[in-house]
Amino acid sequence: MVSPVIRVEQLEKRFGENTVLRSVSLSVLPGETVVIIGASGSGKTTFLRCLNRLEVPDGGSVWLEDETVGGTFINPGGRWRPMPEAQAALQRSQFGFVFQRFNLFPHLTARDNVAIGPQKVRGLSQADARALAMKELARVHLTEHADKRPAELSGGQQQRVAIARALAMKPKVMLFDEPTSALDPELVQEVLDVMQELANEGMTMVVVTHEMSFARTAADRIIYMEGGIIAEQGPPSQIFDAPQTEGARRFLRHITNR
Amino acid sequence: MNIDWEIIRESVPLLAEGMIVTLQVSALSAILGLFLGIMLGLAALSKSRPLRWLVAGYVDFIRGTPLLIQIFLVFFVLPSIGIRFDEFWAGVFALSLNAGAFVGEVVRGGVGSIERGQTEAAMSIGMRHRQVLVQILLPQAYRQMIPPLTNEMISLVKNSSLLSVISVYELTRAGQAIISVHFVPFEIYTLLALYYYVLIKALSWLSARLERRLPAW
Repeated sequence: MVSPVIRVEQLEKRFGENTVLRSVSLSVLPGETVVIIGASGSGKTTFLRCLNRLEVPDGGSVWLEDETVGGTFINPGGRWRPMPEAQAALQRSQFGFVFQRFNLFPHLTARDNVAIGPQKVRGLSQADARALAMKELARVHLTEHADKRPAELSGGQQQRVAIARALAMKPKVMLFDEPTSALDPELVQEVLDVMQELANEGMTMVVVTHEMSFARTAADRIIYMEGGIIAEQGPPSQIFDAPQTEGARRFLRHITNR
Repeated sequence: MNIDWEIIRESVPLLAEGMIVTLQVSALSAILGLFLGIMLGLAALSKSRPLRWLVAGYVDFIRGTPLLIQIFLVFFVLPSIGIRFDEFWAGVFALSLNAGAFVGEVVRGGVGSIERGQTEAAMSIGMRHRQVLVQILLPQAYRQMIPPLTNEMISLVKNSSLLSVISVYELTRAGQAIISVHFVPFEIYTLLALYYYVLIKALSWLSARLERRLPAW
């Protein structure tokens, strides 16, 4: 039995009166690519952000391999004690996170966007961090753009730098939050290609996306979310060709007719 | 009206001496004030609630009391608890403490205006709160902080004239000394206005140059 990279147990999240996640549980195995689909407002982005605690969940727990994320239980099922900030920050870097709007650091070159994490967080020397950055930029096919600032790069290139920035932290899992939604249509494929390559290399990935062709080809498992719960999950062939729930059928009909 | 050109000719070099002291006081206070202000601004954005309250209280006090009273407090009250300066350093100290509070507000506003995604991206690669502030947010805020900081520096130069009340021999004090001997207020105050005006024009010009040279992204 392989133990999961991520184990989510009964995750709860509310924004004021609005309950966004209702007791969501999920395990992701090493090397698995899980694609989360669902209408906007179904809780998929919030779910992703709760994994690395960009949002603090209101209940439930997230495990990264054999440790709980953001704190520890004093005894099993007992009181929750948050981690010290330094430890929590280091743990967060074990989740590579790719944002819809890239969020590159505009004052740094592509190379330094990638190098700053290894240097400041992992404590590499500047030379080592930059060498590592060049390696990660090569992985996303941007070696020749290393000295450019984000403003000089296209959206697709910026998003690939953002992927390299996350990879440079040697994460145990990569989380993608609608990584192509802010891109012009002709720039979408270059980002999806890089993601497909990562999946092929055996990276563990959780991807929130509306790109159904990517979901079909890259995913090992599709999660369909609706109303803050996982309404249906299974291999792509099952979800796309024979969805079990009315919600999933309606959502897929709607999104493929666009 | 008769203008006493002779006294003007004699005053120009005398006032220039005062001008040099005004420049010294302003430059020293600007450096100390900027340093204090950056510290205060970052402290105001820290995670520690007591620290934030402390800064808020300090800024509230500086904003809520006249600079003249702050100068008197530094010059007359601090010595009574054993902290002693000559009038020059008392003046520099008082102006720095005053400017620091306002610079701190500029820094806090500038850093606070950087979009939330930058903080999240920095957090996602494992940066701690302090690293996010210093490595990511502050460098992006420099350029937009230049115009409000220039305003603070202009205020600082103008405010330095108040140090005449504790006998710092700066520009205003130098002018008053001439007036008290020759009684020529019209000529001297006009000259003083000109001196300050030129000084502040030069400062604005430097600031505009600096702003253009800082990169925009």
